Amino acid sequence: MPAGAPLEDELEVPERRQSPLRMTVVRLFRHQLFLSGLVLFGLIAVVGVLAPLLTDINPNKLGMRTRFQAPDAAFLFGTDNFGRSLWSRTVWGAQLSMMIGLSVVLLNAVFGTLIGALAGYFPRLDNVLMRVNDALMAFPAILLAIAITAVLGPSIVNAILALAIVYIPRTARIVRASVIVLREMEYVQAAIAAGAGHWRILRRHILPNAMAPLIVQLSFLFAYAVLSEATLSFLGLGAVPPTPTWGNIMAEGRQYMVEAPWIITIPGIALMITVMGLNLLGDGLRDVLDPRLRIQQ
Amino acid sequence: MAGIALRRLLGALPVLLIVSLITFALLRLIPGDPSSVIGGPSATADQLAQIRRNLGLDEPLPMQLVHWYAGLLQGNLGRSLLMGQGVVEVTFERLPVTLGLSLYALVITLVAGLASGIVAALRQNTWVDQLAMMVAMLGISVPNFFLGLLGIIFFAVKLGWLPTGGYVPFSQDPWEWFRTTTMPAVSLAMLQMGLLARITRSTMLEVLRQDYIRTARAKGLPGRQVVVKHALANALIPITTVIGIIVSLLISGSVVTETLFSIPGMGQLLTQAVLNRDYPMVQGGLLLTTVFLVLVNIMVDICYAFLDPRVRYDGK
Repeated sequence: MPAGAPLEDELEVPERRQSPLRMTVVRLFRHQLFLSGLVLFGLIAVVGVLAPLLTDINPNKLGMRTRFQAPDAAFLFGTDNFGRSLWSRTVWGAQLSMMIGLSVVLLNAVFGTLIGALAGYFPRLDNVLMRVNDALMAFPAILLAIAITAVLGPSIVNAILALAIVYIPRTARIVRASVIVLREMEYVQAAIAAGAGHWRILRRHILPNAMAPLIVQLSFLFAYAVLSEATLSFLGLGAVPPTPTWGNIMAEGRQYMVEAPWIITIPGIALMITVMGLNLLGDGLRDVLDPRLRIQQ
Repeated sequence: MAGIALRRLLGALPVLLIVSLITFALLRLIPGDPSSVIGGPSATADQLAQIRRNLGLDEPLPMQLVHWYAGLLQGNLGRSLLMGQGVVEVTFERLPVTLGLSLYALVITLVAGLASGIVAALRQNTWVDQLAMMVAMLGISVPNFFLGLLGIIFFAVKLGWLPTGGYVPFSQDPWEWFRTTTMPAVSLAMLQMGLLARITRSTMLEVLRQDYIRTARAKGLPGRQVVVKHALANALIPITTVIGIIVSLLISGSVVTETLFSIPGMGQLLTQAVLNRDYPMVQGGLLLTTVFLVLVNIMVDICYAFLDPRVRYDGK
């Protein structure tokens, strides 16, 4: 926690009126946790995006003569039991993790918001939608994801679908909570009295103000999604080998973890950096975006 | 108290009903023909028909649903394809193992999480606070299977202090149980410990800012008494509600931990069932675990009502 930093912000008298967005961005960039999270997550995201430029070795290229090479100049991260370059596999793994995390986040942003907004805004729908929501949330998250991938079969797309189904109810619940509060606000009542339609009220007056908790949730969700997908892959229920996901690399390296510990350590650390970066990012966003918690600093 | 328990149980009925419906639907969502997935490409038409009959998939859907609920009421969830035993029996054989492990991890979570959260709040913005929060951040960021793997390399292979895996029932040899479950329990507990430490810290900070704390200090009560009797007692109430989530996360986490350390519990059973396409086992195991968690949450609610009179009087 940066001691007293946001307090200084409160005391600072702006010389001229600044847009709220600009002020938020300025605050975010003064927040140490947010910045360190951004650096860690940004590192992995950039590696993922630039994967084709960072390595020209096929991540699945076997090399019987280069098996179990410890990290050195020729193989930056060493090689695995099939002589595949772990640098290449880890870099492509970063890209897969980013794609999977982003897909789950986008699906949540769309469907979580939709369901949450409908349930929160229309009391008639609330009961039905929230009962189904509660039931889906009663399942232990990983167990439900495992059961869904068991039914659909192991693949990256199915892992994304399973994780989306598991996490959308949680996102919907957060959106609903904000919508219920906002619906009763006077300015919304005024808009209703002025004759605005439901769609306009939701889109123009309610949802923009429900964004802050949603964004915070989505940044943590990205972390859960990456972590859960790695778990599914590690159990053999995610992407089919030899797809270079971090979970797969670690599952294959598990047998050789004593002789060749780098096979599990390198993707493990990459995974840790990603998840920690996103958690720090989420903490920072929550501190800055959620005014109720800002006083606590 | 009995009234609250009854109300909670009744309130959970719709959730349980939908949970069982979703579980029922799961097997029917398998793309294509489940029997050909189970039987494999070499299965003959007769074998496929046999599989369908065994799973009850040859009946019309409404009949399947009736049979599913009739079975549920009799405590019958079908037979495991892999083991040939009833799903319920297999589950009750394996459940104690997972519960023992989860309970051990829960104790670690509560002791370490509460302690570090309280200390961090009392020493806010000092190095103690920062250290505790860094450990908590690591806890919620390091995947438990990675932690488990590192533990095996370090404590089992390099130092030889603990076995690399396996399991000895507590009833057979408590000391060996302790040796085989310590590493799994610690790696399993880290995530929840981090979460609990963070929640405890922020709740404590909030409580410590209240007027009654200032009053207690102002009237000259010793610091320890203020912290324990006034602050902690009030901070624990909202923290109780998190325990249901913690137990759910522990059960989820045990899937990986048990597979990693070859512990024959529910988690390992379900992973095996999924990998071997033992659908009745997956279905039944998922349902029973979820029902168990719903019951845990009801118990947490009752404890909450017991601890916080406001909830009791509201009759909520």
